[in-house]
Amino acid sequence: MSIQKTYEEINEKIRRGEAVVLTAEEVSQMALTATPEEIAEKVDVVTTATFGAMCSSGAIVNFGHANPPIRMEKIRLNGVPAYEGLAAVDTYIGATACDPENPKYGGAHVIQDLVDGKDIELEAWGKGTDCYPRKHIKTIINKETVNEMILFNPRNAYQNYPVAVNSTSQMKYTYMGNLLPNMRNATYSTSGELSPLLNDPEMKTIGIGTRIFLGGTQGFVVWPGTQFNTLKPKNEFGVPVSNSATLAVMGNLKEMSSEFLQAAYYEKYGVSLFVGIGIPIPVLNADIAKNVSIRNEQIETTVCDYGVEGSPALGRVTYAELRSGEIEVQGKKIRTAPVSSLAKARKIAKILKQSILAGEFEISKPVQMFPTNTSLKSLKEVKGGEQS
Amino acid sequence: MKMQKKRYVLKFPAQSGDMPLSYHLVKDFDIRINILRAEVWPGKTGSLVLELEGTTTNLKNGIAYLEENQVSCEPLNKKITWDNARCISCGNCTAVCFAGALQMNPEKWELQFDPEKCIVCELCVPACPLNLFKIDFRDN
Repeated sequence: MSIQKTYEEINEKIRRGEAVVLTAEEVSQMALTATPEEIAEKVDVVTTATFGAMCSSGAIVNFGHANPPIRMEKIRLNGVPAYEGLAAVDTYIGATACDPENPKYGGAHVIQDLVDGKDIELEAWGKGTDCYPRKHIKTIINKETVNEMILFNPRNAYQNYPVAVNSTSQMKYTYMGNLLPNMRNATYSTSGELSPLLNDPEMKTIGIGTRIFLGGTQGFVVWPGTQFNTLKPKNEFGVPVSNSATLAVMGNLKEMSSEFLQAAYYEKYGVSLFVGIGIPIPVLNADIAKNVSIRNEQIETTVCDYGVEGSPALGRVTYAELRSGEIEVQGKKIRTAPVSSLAKARKIAKILKQSILAGEFEISKPVQMFPTNTSLKSLKEVKGGEQS
Repeated sequence: MKMQKKRYVLKFPAQSGDMPLSYHLVKDFDIRINILRAEVWPGKTGSLVLELEGTTTNLKNGIAYLEENQVSCEPLNKKITWDNARCISCGNCTAVCFAGALQMNPEKWELQFDPEKCIVCELCVPACPLNLFKIDFRDN
């Protein structure tokens, strides 16, 4: 009879200290000699992880009210503009926000400084109203003085991502790193067989409400991420071969650590934030066991030319090829380099595994599964900004 | 005699641009030179990154000759610093390092830096999203 486990049965095992937990890399090795049925029988949870630059990140902060109070209509945190349309003393600081005068220090750096407990200069202006008479405030805030600071990232943990090359004769400065001319290097971002959404390609266990590792603490998947696309082509192993689904994630920034939340500045591109995400996948049955057994040689992704408008596809490669240090695209051999940290991703998968084994992290059944039939729209330019 | 290959950063005083120093290194000390990088202007201070190949004695004498002529000569690896403690091993620097000085360890996927292979192209400096590389090539 085929194995079928429930979330509650697995959590019971976690509580009793009897759960068998492997990282996604470990289970891929096990799958070389074990069938999906055997894996489903032996293994309860598989931990996945990624640590890459995720531009679509940010933090909600509530500063508390000053006396006399102010309705903040323009906000700067260490000079970085933050969103001012969230009531009187709440803001959202986007990771990529920056002061054009100081482009190397942006929202991601403010977020990291907050996490590190550093003092941040808050300056805000308002027009002055009956309930909020004050027009200006300049003060210092930090992790201890603010009421809440919440990481909220609308689009993270991309399910696969293209490899970037540049066919032009000029260097291209991108979020995929510095791309040398004439396709002299190729960069890739996903953590391959360790990557969360590549181990659950149809998202049978990941949905709204899934408890995850986020930035060093426990967070949650709160929604399908923006640009969520389930209609991208898949290969014979069921893995989308380019960027597909994404996750919106949320967690208590006060509990996070800059070991797993790292501000970054990319030359001639801008600011971004490296985010550490780990997701446990409960091995409920043989189907899920088969999915978590995926290996780098079975995961393919598309090579895109970032030098040309529209980033046209040039071919397909596997993660085994990418990790070998060289790929072949249209007959040309190209040196490869990662731009996300596999070492950190492995550390996260290991920490998550240990937390589950220690009974500190239980798996959660999603309260709602993700849509299965969504595609992407592009932005059409309507002449004069008017509907025809 | 055993031949050695070493990389140095040379710094020239303002008045040394008219002296054929490299000629003397070759002719008098039998040193093979490979210029990896040069910023030398007449009348100004200048820097040169040289790979020197020769016997231990010849290298020692050649460097002594340079220093007698007020040219400082420091091993290249002392001029490069990398903040390893803060490195997240993302790999962005390895994408631009053609000399192979920066590579990912294929087992642990942690960044390895071999200063001996560095040719001071400085592409890693802006490529690092955490700004962890400092290369003291020019005169300060």
